[in-house]
Amino acid sequence: MTLNQLTAHEAINLIKKKRITAYEIMQDIFNQIDKVDNLIKAFLVINREEALKQAKEIDKKVKNGEKLPPLAGVAVAIKDIIATRGTETTCGSKILKGFIPPYNATVINRLREAGAIIIGKTNMDEFAMGSSTENSAFGPTYNPWDLERVPGGSSGGSSAAVAADETFVALGTDTGGSIRQPASLCGMVGLKPTYGRVSRYGLVAYASSLDQIGPIAKDVTDCALVMKVISGHDNMDSTSVNLEVPDYLKSCQEGIKDLKVGVPKEYFIEGIDPEVKGALDKALKIFEKLGAKIEEASLPHTEYSLPTYYLIATAEASSNLARYDGVQYGYRAEEYEDLSSMYQKTRSEGFGSEVKRRIMLGTYALSSGYYDAYYLKAQKVRTLIKEDFDKVFSKYDILITPTSPTPAFKLNEKVSDPLTMYLSDIYTIPINLAGIPAISLNCGYSKGNLPIGLQIIGKHFSEETILRAAFNFEQNNGVEKKKPSIKPAKHKEAKK
Amino acid sequence: MTEKIITKKEVEYVAELAKLEFNEEEKEEFTSQLNSILDYFKKLNELDTERVEPTAYVISMPNLLNEDKVKPSLPQDEVLFNSKYVKKGYFKVPRIM
Repeated sequence: MTLNQLTAHEAINLIKKKRITAYEIMQDIFNQIDKVDNLIKAFLVINREEALKQAKEIDKKVKNGEKLPPLAGVAVAIKDIIATRGTETTCGSKILKGFIPPYNATVINRLREAGAIIIGKTNMDEFAMGSSTENSAFGPTYNPWDLERVPGGSSGGSSAAVAADETFVALGTDTGGSIRQPASLCGMVGLKPTYGRVSRYGLVAYASSLDQIGPIAKDVTDCALVMKVISGHDNMDSTSVNLEVPDYLKSCQEGIKDLKVGVPKEYFIEGIDPEVKGALDKALKIFEKLGAKIEEASLPHTEYSLPTYYLIATAEASSNLARYDGVQYGYRAEEYEDLSSMYQKTRSEGFGSEVKRRIMLGTYALSSGYYDAYYLKAQKVRTLIKEDFDKVFSKYDILITPTSPTPAFKLNEKVSDPLTMYLSDIYTIPINLAGIPAISLNCGYSKGNLPIGLQIIGKHFSEETILRAAFNFEQNNGVEKKKPSIKPAKHKEAKK
Repeated sequence: MTEKIITKKEVEYVAELAKLEFNEEEKEEFTSQLNSILDYFKKLNELDTERVEPTAYVISMPNLLNEDKVKPSLPQDEVLFNSKYVKKGYFKVPRIM
C-alpha cells in the first residue's frame, strides 16, 4: 500500500506520530498522478514544486515539536472554478485560458492556514454547467471505475482525483448537484453545505442564489474535517451567514437511535435503475437496524424542480457571465469591426455550446415580455418547493434518497440531447432550490462494479445531523471497501 | 411535433441581447433545442402561484452592511496583469464613439 491510498485523517495521525513525513506522502501522491492521470485526466494544473516545498515546511514544524494545524500535510485538489492566486484558473473554459487570479478565494486561505497543501486544479464542465465533465473545453475526465464512463459533473475532476487516490480530498462546487452526483458516480463522499455556510468569495459565480463550495472525500471523517476548516462567516461574502461552526467531527460519533427518517415517495418513480433502488432498500434496512425510524414522506412539488432550476439558474448565469467580454482578462477575439462585434466574437469563440445554450435560455427568460411567465413564475414555484421541505422537516430529522437515478453512464451517451443530461440531476436539484444541506456517500456497487450513491438531506444548518447519519451508516453498512482498478479496456478496436 | 414557442427571429434577438453570434446551422439547432426545453417548462403552468411570494434568497437573514471604511485593494499592476491590451494604466478597447 502506498501513502496516497490513506485517508486524510490517517495521514494526519501518522505525521503527528512521526511515522511518516509530509514529504514522503507528497511523493506518493505525485507518483500516483504520474501513473494514472494520463488515463483519468482529472487535473488541469499541478503545483508539484510548491507542494513539495510546503510539505518540507510541515516536516520542519514536526521536527521542531511545533503544534500542527488541523490539516497539516493533507493534499487537496481544487476545482478550477475557485480562485487561486498565482495559479491559472480557467473554469474549464477557453474564455479564461491563461487567466491568473490576483487573489485567493476565502476557502483557499482557510485551507492553507490549516496546513493543507494545494496540489493542483481539477477539470470540470465549463462554468459548472453540466453533469458529466464532458463540457470542459479541455477534454473530459474519465471515471476511475470504468474509463469508458463519465465521472459525473460538474466536479468530475475533483471526484475522480479522490477516487483514484491522486489526492486525499478535493473541493467541488454544487449548484444543482455538482458535488453530490460526481461523488456518487465515483463512490466518494460529497457534501453540499447549507447556502451561506461556506464563503463564496473567490468562487466564480454560475448561479449566485444556488452555488456552494463543499468537500469531496474518501470517507465521512475526512469530509467533516474539511467542513470544519472551510465553513464560517466571511465579511467578503454578504450571503455568508454569521453562525458558529460546530465541531463536525465530534458530533459524527453519536448514534442515530430514534432518528426520524423520511423517504420521499416522489424520488422512487420510473426511470430509476433497479439496482439503485435495490441498494437504497438495503441501506434503509441498515438505518433501521441502527435505531432510526423510517417512514414514507412526500415532497409533492418534486416534479417541478427541474424546470424551476433551469429557469432560475440560467437566468442568474446569463447575468453572471455577462462580464466575460474580453476587456480586462481572458480571451479576446483577434478580428472584429467595433466594440459590439468584439464582445460578440469574443464570447461566441470563447464559450462552449452548453454555456451558450444556458445564456440564451436565461436571457430569454429575463427578457421583456417573458419575465413574468418564466423567471418570476419559477421563483414562485421555488417557494412551493422550499415549503415542501419545511413541512417534512417539522416531522423528520433527515430525508434519504438516491443521489443519481443511475450509476455512471458512458461517455457520449447523453451529449446529443440536453434534456436527457439535465434529468441526471433530478434528485439533487430540489436541495439547491431550498438552500438545504445534503451529503452523498457510497451504499453499494452495481453488477458492473459501478458505485451507487445514497443521499442524506437535512434542514438548514443541520450539517451535524447529516454527517452523523452518514458516519453511522458508513461504519455499519457492510459494503465492501474497494478501490477502482483504473485499467484501460482490454479489447479496444484497432484504430483505422 | 412540438408547437413552436420561440422563432428563429426571436433567437436572433436574444443572441443580440446576450452578445452572442451564431451561424445558420447553429441558429436552427438552437431554435429546435430551446423549443424542446421551453416546451418542458410549460409544466410550471400546472401550478396556481397567484398568492405565492417569489423566493430570491433562501435563508432568512437580514441584509448585512459593512462599515464605510477604506481598506487596501488591488494594486493597479495586478489589476492590469491579465490583459495584453494595456496602455498607460488603461485597458485598450475598440473606439466606443
